[in-house]
Amino acid sequence: MASGHFLLGVMLAAYPVGALCALGVHGVVGRGLVAGCALVGALAGLVLGVVCLAAGLAPTFTAPLLPLTGIALRIDGLSAFFLIVIGVVGAAVAVYGFGYSAAGEGRYALRLLGAMLNVLLLSLSVQVMADNALTFLMAWEAMSLSAYLMVLTEHDQPGTVHAAHWYIAITHAGFAALVAMFFLLSAGDLTVSFAAMRSASLTPTVRDAAFVLALVGFGAKAGIVPLHVWLPLAHPVAPSHVSALMSGVVIKMGVYGLLRVTIDLLAGGPTWWGGLVLGLGTVSALLGVLYALMEHDLKRLLAFHSVENIGIIFIGIGAGLMFQSYGLTTLATLGVVGGLYHTINHACFKGLLFLGAGSVLHATGTRNMEEMGGLIKRMPRTAFFFLIGACAISALPPLNGFASEWLVFQALLGGSAIPQPEVAVIMPIAVAMLALTSGLAAACFVKAFGITFLAIPRSPEAEHAHEAPLTMQVGMVSLVLMCAGLGLAPFAVVRVLGTAVSGLERFSSADVGFTLGLPLRVPGAVGEMSPPLLALGLVLLVGLVPLGFWIAGADRRRRTADTWGCGRIGQTARMEYTATAFAEPLRRVFAELYRPSKDLSIDFHPASKYFVQSIEYRSEIHPLFERVLYDPLLQVLGTAASWIRRLQGGSVHLYLTYMTIALLVLLTVARGWR
Amino acid sequence: MIGYVLEVTQAALALLLAPGLVGLVRWMKARLQNRRGAPVFQPYWELRKLFQKEVVVSNNASWLFRATPFIVFASAVAVTFLVPILAVPLPFDGVGDLLVVVYLLLLGTFFLALAGLDPGSPFGGMGASREMTVAALAEPTIALAIFALALSAGSTNLGQIVARTMTAPGAALSPGHLLAFGALFIVTLAETGRLPIDNPATHLELTMIHEAMVLEYSGRYLALIEWAAAVKLLIFFSLLGNLFVPWGVSVTMTPSTLAIAVASLLAKLVILAGVVAVLETRIAKLRLFRVPELLSVSFVLALLAVTSSFLLR
Repeated sequence: MASGHFLLGVMLAAYPVGALCALGVHGVVGRGLVAGCALVGALAGLVLGVVCLAAGLAPTFTAPLLPLTGIALRIDGLSAFFLIVIGVVGAAVAVYGFGYSAAGEGRYALRLLGAMLNVLLLSLSVQVMADNALTFLMAWEAMSLSAYLMVLTEHDQPGTVHAAHWYIAITHAGFAALVAMFFLLSAGDLTVSFAAMRSASLTPTVRDAAFVLALVGFGAKAGIVPLHVWLPLAHPVAPSHVSALMSGVVIKMGVYGLLRVTIDLLAGGPTWWGGLVLGLGTVSALLGVLYALMEHDLKRLLAFHSVENIGIIFIGIGAGLMFQSYGLTTLATLGVVGGLYHTINHACFKGLLFLGAGSVLHATGTRNMEEMGGLIKRMPRTAFFFLIGACAISALPPLNGFASEWLVFQALLGGSAIPQPEVAVIMPIAVAMLALTSGLAAACFVKAFGITFLAIPRSPEAEHAHEAPLTMQVGMVSLVLMCAGLGLAPFAVVRVLGTAVSGLERFSSADVGFTLGLPLRVPGAVGEMSPPLLALGLVLLVGLVPLGFWIAGADRRRRTADTWGCGRIGQTARMEYTATAFAEPLRRVFAELYRPSKDLSIDFHPASKYFVQSIEYRSEIHPLFERVLYDPLLQVLGTAASWIRRLQGGSVHLYLTYMTIALLVLLTVARGWR
Repeated sequence: MIGYVLEVTQAALALLLAPGLVGLVRWMKARLQNRRGAPVFQPYWELRKLFQKEVVVSNNASWLFRATPFIVFASAVAVTFLVPILAVPLPFDGVGDLLVVVYLLLLGTFFLALAGLDPGSPFGGMGASREMTVAALAEPTIALAIFALALSAGSTNLGQIVARTMTAPGAALSPGHLLAFGALFIVTLAETGRLPIDNPATHLELTMIHEAMVLEYSGRYLALIEWAAAVKLLIFFSLLGNLFVPWGVSVTMTPSTLAIAVASLLAKLVILAGVVAVLETRIAKLRLFRVPELLSVSFVLALLAVTSSFLLR
């Protein structure tokens, strides 16, 4: 694997160089160096992942790379797959960021932003290659902190600092859970290699505890309900290319970690593990999309969709874990492969959508959809790219979102193979909720695309919007191509994923009975489909109809006129349907969950009630978990803190007394422990 | 080779019959309401008229508005190649299963809703919003009905579901099948914009869903959309007819069985059209915010269908 070592070296060198250049060089040259180094690193990582998977080698190589104690790197199938995910989105983001961050020149700390971008990419790559807990945790913390600093970039905008606080608090709560989990797995020595952890024999109680801690720690990073609250706050306020990286890749590290620990290190567990993951996934998917529907901040809407899609990924993985506990290895592989497939798909289309939203923000200066409209004519390319992303995330065939949701559906349909009916009946409920989620996602993206890009501009900013610069377009195009490619070649993707999963112990590739043929055939002939043929058919049909018109000599006259307004002449943007109005039927249907409150104040003309001077309408929803979980929790914390504050008298003597007492107590406890 | 000929024949037949099916429902409804009614062939003449008319496009609309009729029509026609209307197994059976059929139709709805928003008219926005609401809420029922069918057939492939019911006729009367039929029937009404969810004959803008969404369309664009809607009705009717009562569907591809297949298809379509006509005469349109209740009834039916399939396995 000489090429592997070379690529690894390039990757591990490019990011630090990029970070140093960023700190040292100002202006356009600095941004160019940042983008260039990040691009080189991301591409090297991408190629490295592809090479490792193509070689089909499970334990590819061990790199005792640094003389520094405790660092150990190793690439297996799962690492290689996540290196590809990081590489694809990282490369697009690097190129896009060059153009995007130009707007912040002289206003924000661009050098720090560039440096942190490279640090983030480096820590992500190291993390998926980590072969012991210490390396993993260090990379994890570097990832969290660099993302935190990038979230704070636009610190003068309202809400940014608040969001960053939420992010860092929940991330560190999760980190604490992860440290505890690794202590349990490694019996106290964090430098023990993962291989040793695999062979360690643990009691069922310890294994269960480790699983729950892993679910909390990785779930907090992935943004699984109810630990998702930071995500819709932090992702929107970051610069858009950072949002793309965070939603596309950083939250996927929760997925990676969960897989690494539950399937690899713990090698599966009892059925309730999978059931819990499946249940949390279902709830996250549904709540994510329901809150997204009520959101009129374009980037917050996308952030809520990340919660939804992480939920879908967890549904696939949870089903896989459940099947594994029953020894149904083929179905288990199908579920996990479906989850992983959705992981890379979501990385691509959510990255694309955030970049598209960034272009809109760049052009109009606002994230509020109610002030947009008509952008399809002013920024046609961005609009087209965003449309592709919207179709993909709505799981419309033949794009990539459909292929992976189809696989997850098929895995769940296989649930009838579970011998216990009371467990098996979970599967149809998950199927129904997944279907509802995807239907609501389609509704939400009709809103997101329709209100943002179609019809008449609703504000002067939207009226004078301009197309994004070339580098930003290049970044988006690369992800558009990935969305199409991943959708059209599911047989190849599934095969590669089969290899990635087969690297894990107790998942043998022999179980992956996927054929290379054109249709995606699922073991046991559960279902078949062929996206390339579907795409071909659709393209042919879309082309044939105008051809038929031409041959039949149909009328080709076309006239433009005003939109019909019941005889009223002159249409203004105020007559258009708004995002709030679009989501109103669903708000009513799910009112029990949203608990909407509205303020309506009408100013009448003093002379008569029939002349209205102004109407003010405000409506808010009250998110469930903020209401029932976090508000009480914060209240308790606040009370406790103000109580503890009394201990702080400000006198050094008092503090010395505390220290002495603490020391004595600790010594006594330590003595008693022995 | 004969299979591919059959595919094209089937798609052509579906395209040809679809407007007539809409005309038939309208005619039966008129007779039931003591009206004389327009002839069954009226929709064909309407389509012909529309194809000859000039197109008027809103000056706010973008390319998406002009592309949508073709995408909607293509998605509906693509489905006619996948659904067993006359025979099983079709050569394109492996190209798309029941899930693909559902999501292809959703593709059409998605673009139609976008096109409703494009001219900036409040009617279009209202129709789009309502259409997507109904489509989203119908989705879990469809998925569960698919689950129930797939459970007894061991596959989501349409050909396999039909073949399975044929070889085990008792399955057609199993509670799972009957409940799934009921669920899918309600969904059919929702997805094809029939009473009591939507009124295809209304001209009061505030009560309509589909018609409001396509209000800005005219000429050949409108013709394509209307035609696609008719094809969608025919697809749902033949799914109801052939998945749950598969007899008559040709399996041997001889001229005589194909003739029987065409005859039985026509019989099933007439019966279902009659049921819908009676239903639309007997019941009034539901308020929009009562629609979710009806859809949750269908959801419960589908859930019972799956559960009973599990228990009777």
